[in-house]
Amino acid sequence: MSDMGAAAAGPAARRPAPAVSPRLGACPACDAAPLAGRLAEAGGAGRDAGGTLILSLPAAHCAACISDVERALTGHPGVRTARVNLTLRRVTVDAPGLAADELIPVLARIGHEAHELDPEALSATAADRQGRDLLMRIGVAGFAMMNIMILSVAVWSGAEAATRDLFHWISAAIALPTIAFAGRPFFASAAASLRARRLGMDVPISLALVLATAISVYETTQSGHHAYFDAAVMLCFFLLIGRYLDHRTRAIARSAAAELTALEVPRALRIGPEGEQAVAVASLRPGDLIRVRPGARVPADGEITEGRSEIDRALLTGETLPVPAGPGQMLSAGEVNLTGPLVLRVTAAGRDSSLARLTALVEAAEAARGRHASLADRAARAYSPAVHLLALASFAGWVWATGDLRLAVNIAAAVLIITCPCALGLAVPAVATAASGALFRRGLLIKDGTALERMAAVDTVVFDKTGTLTMGQPRLAAAEVLPADLRPVALALAQGSAHPLSRALAEALAGDRAAALEAQREWPGQGVSALWQGRRVRLGRADWLGIAEDGADRPGSAAWLSVEGRGAPIRLDFTDRLRPGAASCVARLRADGRRVILLSGDRPAAVAALAAELGIAECHAGVDPQGKAAAVAALAEAGARVLMVGDGLNDTAALARAHASISPASALDAARVASDMVLTGHDLAPVAEALVIARRATARIRENFAISVIYNLVAVPVAIAGLATPLIAALAMSTSSITVTLNALRLRR
Amino acid sequence: MEILAILIPVSLGLGAIGLLAFLWALRARQFEDPKGDSERILSDEWDDRPRPD
Repeated sequence: MSDMGAAAAGPAARRPAPAVSPRLGACPACDAAPLAGRLAEAGGAGRDAGGTLILSLPAAHCAACISDVERALTGHPGVRTARVNLTLRRVTVDAPGLAADELIPVLARIGHEAHELDPEALSATAADRQGRDLLMRIGVAGFAMMNIMILSVAVWSGAEAATRDLFHWISAAIALPTIAFAGRPFFASAAASLRARRLGMDVPISLALVLATAISVYETTQSGHHAYFDAAVMLCFFLLIGRYLDHRTRAIARSAAAELTALEVPRALRIGPEGEQAVAVASLRPGDLIRVRPGARVPADGEITEGRSEIDRALLTGETLPVPAGPGQMLSAGEVNLTGPLVLRVTAAGRDSSLARLTALVEAAEAARGRHASLADRAARAYSPAVHLLALASFAGWVWATGDLRLAVNIAAAVLIITCPCALGLAVPAVATAASGALFRRGLLIKDGTALERMAAVDTVVFDKTGTLTMGQPRLAAAEVLPADLRPVALALAQGSAHPLSRALAEALAGDRAAALEAQREWPGQGVSALWQGRRVRLGRADWLGIAEDGADRPGSAAWLSVEGRGAPIRLDFTDRLRPGAASCVARLRADGRRVILLSGDRPAAVAALAAELGIAECHAGVDPQGKAAAVAALAEAGARVLMVGDGLNDTAALARAHASISPASALDAARVASDMVLTGHDLAPVAEALVIARRATARIRENFAISVIYNLVAVPVAIAGLATPLIAALAMSTSSITVTLNALRLRR
Repeated sequence: MEILAILIPVSLGLGAIGLLAFLWALRARQFEDPKGDSERILSDEWDDRPRPD
């Protein structure tokens, strides 16, 4: 049952047999890491391939969304066709010569959030083909099953002698090619696990299929009463369904991982003898000069040689205040350059770079994941040997008791068929499919098969602050501090800069008309200045305006506006805006009796203000990355099952260490790779719901196991006693499979 | 019982037609977006004339 073991169990089960078919994304990181490299090498060429763009639409959910999006896009000049895929929440746009940046605002205008995806990374043809291949095998098995069942009904209702033999022969003619074709996934995986010297779940399945078919053919040649063709094909059919469900869940998770890497292509602008060139981050060497544009992420560790700017380190440290940067200062990969262009001399590449550190963190995360044995895994480990022993024992028992070899083989085959994990093979995939569907509708992608079970055990939730509970985007706290006549000036100044505070100010004053300014100039890392009606006006940092900064104990960041001849500069306070749903999510978690903790690298004043606003009792400020991981580890040692929710590089170690983890889609790729689930939308509310769904899903899995066990307790003694006719086998198998599936579907409500 | 010689091939043939139809639908990628298809039928956008492709 690698369909249950490997599939639902995730990486742990598959790991020992890497030779098994193309190993499809048991761990997203394994897919993501090489993918990112490949993307970088491709140099983003996929973007213009054939003019096809793929955008993800996390919020699309209904018929109106489809027609709105398609109408808006096809109405845009240059777009040939647009087709929404609601299952994957994507839209494929055929628009030669258009960039995604032009289409995303089109969708934003009609209220749809959209992100660009890389078509190269998403083609994922192998996975598609595998899914269609499985569906085809299901179709063939289903067709064969129906026809053999019709013939079997005649046999069960008393067909005699020549008629029965004829029906058996026709059944054999249908069943043999079907088993050979539809059973191939099981045979291949059983062979692989035998080569790896272990008993996977597919070994008893394959044995049952082969033995049942062989014994039936033999009985048919001998004009025997019982042939198990229907049971063998039905077994194949149900197990293929389980495998297909499982494949689907994982394909969605895998495409989520691919989508997420597709969002960000790690490339750098290297300054070479023949000018600037975009190269893969992996090909950078120490000593290379690279240019970092304003608004871009620093691609490698390095020292600034030219330029002044401000640096946003929120993703690395959780600090919300931008830090001024100038020549001689060290930057590390992942920081964001805000205002001026910078030239960097790369200091660390290869093994020592933060890229390698990141990979190490991801590996640590994967190892931590591997330690968790899923319910299905544990069931499978006990199951295989037990089934084989049982079949062998009943064979030996009947040989010893009657000396009839043919009867004994018949009974051993019946035992294998009856115990075959039809229901068991469906029990986990059906629940996982229903649960991940329910989570997907709420905007959560599951990346790891065991995540649901781990989530269900969570009793403590640790949040990061910047970028997780807040959006990491500043907002003007009070516009009233600005006199009405200065607002147009402030707006005009703010519009001249791409700095986050300027943008926030421009947004807050969007209702005003901008004043006419002259000689406007941006001072990288300092602020903007201009002339207004002959007077010098400046917007920027306190020290640039010659003011002693007193804001260290205030929660937010600040900018100052000074106008010549208008007295003292005006202080403009900015606070980080709350992520939507943050308040209700925290409230719900607390109402459900879970312990909520806030761990942040930011200043105490900012952290305390946010904790008070959300009603979080426990908060710790100024925590460094190791501190976060240590805090999570300490909680785990104290017996708590921790869910970590975070987005930055400083959270990655903690995300990996925690029992389960969630990161928002805006998180750094390392954080997303390290976490089990990713929020696709802006809203944080699904986090609380995910815990509830996970708990229900795990309960369903246990119920399903219980159903399977009860069914085996009833049916196995019947089989061992030699009373299991093909009719009983068929009835028992289909009722248990259907019960289990229906039980899983209850989750969808 | 001679009727069986006709009925069995006929029933198998009917089943095979269904199977072929399924395989065709599979190859025509009709199972790519089941959710979208179930929603699309509710849209009245192309009710008056077929969508030009």
